Amino acid sequence: MRRSMLFLPGNTPNIIVNGEILGADSVILDLEDAVAPAEKDSARILVRNALKYMGFGKCEVIVRINSIDTPEWKKDLDTIIPQKPGMIMPPKVSCADDVKQIDAYITELEEKLGLENNSVGLIPLIETALGIENAFQIASASKRVRAIFLGGEDLTADLRCKRTKEGNEIHYARCRMVCAARAANVDVYDTPFTDVNDDEGLYTDAQYAKSLGFTGKAAISPRHVKGINEVFSPTKQDIDYAYEVMETIRFAKEQGKGAVALRGKMIDAPIVMRAEQTIAMAEALGMGRSV
Amino acid sequence: MEKVIIHYATAGTLESSDAFVTVEPHDDNGLEIAIDSVVQNQFGEQIYKAVQEVLDEQGIVSARVSVVDRGALDCVIRARVETAVLRGKGDME
Repeated sequence: MRRSMLFLPGNTPNIIVNGEILGADSVILDLEDAVAPAEKDSARILVRNALKYMGFGKCEVIVRINSIDTPEWKKDLDTIIPQKPGMIMPPKVSCADDVKQIDAYITELEEKLGLENNSVGLIPLIETALGIENAFQIASASKRVRAIFLGGEDLTADLRCKRTKEGNEIHYARCRMVCAARAANVDVYDTPFTDVNDDEGLYTDAQYAKSLGFTGKAAISPRHVKGINEVFSPTKQDIDYAYEVMETIRFAKEQGKGAVALRGKMIDAPIVMRAEQTIAMAEALGMGRSV
Repeated sequence: MEKVIIHYATAGTLESSDAFVTVEPHDDNGLEIAIDSVVQNQFGEQIYKAVQEVLDEQGIVSARVSVVDRGALDCVIRARVETAVLRGKGDME
């Protein structure tokens, strides 16, 4: 379960060592934008050692590598893949061929290192207009793709518009990403909310992303993690309703009834599916029903 | 193959939980390692051992190495020493 993904600069030990206790479901150790060009070598070795020697507890570790239009991405993978990271995040992915190129190189490394094939997953970061238009092809380009992730800042630069708190300029991109991800049966993550001091804005933005169908949201500050986790967790009411749905369905089956209603509404397959998803998430979070 | 440090190089920072490492040529005088740590009394030997292990792994037989530790984890010190060495090393002639 991944509701929140927190970016941590890959060359900053005092932040990385606290990665596990910041509350995020995943941390993204960043070798790309958060690292100065002259320190790429240093960050790579530090992140490799963090993966090799440090424990991150229940927190998933994702490594954001440099983009494939730089000479750094293969060096990143050469250094990081031997440590068996669960997930690699390639940035600026614009088409299926980008994913296939990265997939092929990881496969080559897995074979060389004797690692299980497809053990390393990918979360392509889609942050160009072309990438948005190709989102479904990207999401379905490889079995490694476990999720896709929208990068709003670079996207708005590419769209030649201003990034705003309201986010109207990325509304189309958000909807297209969700649709593409669901069609490809992978998860989908929303861009970070960049005003670190605006807690109310964060809640509004996260709730909006959830209402569109996003699985979770990234954060650039630990301060946003709690809010994101709250928004993307089921509420007590959601959980209670989900259990009621499942009990009603069970009762209807026992009675041999075909159609059944709860609180005046027909319970059909999509409602049952949502109830199952809610219960699975509640169980993963250790949340029980209140009644 | 045995390696030596052929030019001055640095890695890391003086921030908390980090270490600042410098390496420089030491002619053919072997290894000289200096450590300055906020936890010198408790972990000085361990830090020295970690530095030496990284130098061995990299095949470095001659260098002057300085580590200013600001409470870095062992894996951070190892990373900074390795980076400095890779930036400064060359083949032994």
